[in-house]
Amino acid sequence: MDKALIQEYIAKRVAKELNDGNVVNLGIGLPTLVANFVPEGKTIIFQSENGFVGLGPTPEEGKADPFITNAGGKPVTILPGGAFFDSSTSFGIIRGGHVDLTVLGALQVDEMGNIANYMIPGKMVPGMGGAMDLISGARKVIVAMEHTSKGEPKILKECTLPLTAKGEVDLIITEMAVIEVTPVGLLLKEINPEFTVEEVQAATVPTLIVSEHLAQM
Amino acid sequence: MNKIIGIEEAVSKIKDGDVVMFGGFLGVGTPEKLIDALVAKGTKDLTLICNDSGFVDKGVGKLVVTKQFKKVIASHIGTNKETGRQMMEGETEVVLVPQGTLVEQIRAAGYGLGGFLTHTGVGTKVAEGKQLITLNGKEYLLEEPLHANVALIFANTADKAGNLNYHGSTRNFNPIMASAADITIVEALKIVEVGEMDPDSVHVPGVFVNYIVDGGQI
Repeated sequence: MDKALIQEYIAKRVAKELNDGNVVNLGIGLPTLVANFVPEGKTIIFQSENGFVGLGPTPEEGKADPFITNAGGKPVTILPGGAFFDSSTSFGIIRGGHVDLTVLGALQVDEMGNIANYMIPGKMVPGMGGAMDLISGARKVIVAMEHTSKGEPKILKECTLPLTAKGEVDLIITEMAVIEVTPVGLLLKEINPEFTVEEVQAATVPTLIVSEHLAQM
Repeated sequence: MNKIIGIEEAVSKIKDGDVVMFGGFLGVGTPEKLIDALVAKGTKDLTLICNDSGFVDKGVGKLVVTKQFKKVIASHIGTNKETGRQMMEGETEVVLVPQGTLVEQIRAAGYGLGGFLTHTGVGTKVAEGKQLITLNGKEYLLEEPLHANVALIFANTADKAGNLNYHGSTRNFNPIMASAADITIVEALKIVEVGEMDPDSVHVPGVFVNYIVDGGQI
């Protein structure tokens, strides 16, 4: 699979985690694609942490309102039933547990549910933006990412980069597998039929617990 | 009580070494004309409090390029390469703060609170040097208020009493920053007479606003 297909495959699987009426915040990049695969018949309220709920699709060319932008500063639309608010309300929604689900990318995740995704010391220091609040405040945290980076595992026994949050990740979805973070370790719940359990394990540092009900993605 | 002043007079209220808050999120809802006037005036050694450091040619990023900040307090600097470069080279001090914590620190300053407890940042670099408080079995960081000498904010519409109304996602940090500085100056795209704004549609009450600058239509 090429990169675009891998990302689409992951986004489609993440979309199955969406429940009707959920308030959801999607991170920049791959997670944004999840909005394209909302299951039919389900209404999802997307939150944009710069100040609204009811995030809609990119406007048609020439119809962009310069004052309606997403958290990446790009022009977007607001759907009927949406609402604008200030950053204090926005993060009240986030910290207060009113976001059901957040989906983010990661540089590293570990078997304790720790996540590192905001800086590489001395190299890349963009800042955490709203990620720390989102990961610690959302009811459910899904990491959606490619399983490895240049062949190197990203799922580790312990993150080596500065953490974005400690022990908050619930589910890891990659092009190879769906892995749940549990108190006793990482549970391999679903596998892409193109891979074997051994191949997934080889691309993952901590030992995976293979579910008795291992399903196909 | 006339709150309307010229742009030159507005930026003359900012002195070298001041702590200045700027409204806006990646340049949206940013007082762009006040920023341009501050670039022209060359006021220096400022401390910036803003969600992000904008872009090299848009928003507060223009003041990063001209090196008018000695310190930057923001949640995100990734869209402005110059901020990162100045940080790496040790030219400018950069403090990264989680976005929700940053806005709440500003709100605490403006709303008379001595600080607040948040779980955000527990177990991360953000916790370094901060008091960790356990309440009912959950860990929190004690975060302190962030106050400024001057807040430069944006509004889509202001009435002459300083009541403000917003459109779209321009609100972001603006209404909170309005409360948290000794002097709050708003750049409004449209200024209307007192009585023309429906009190029900006021997003920021004029009591927070000291001065209004005409931002003109874009």
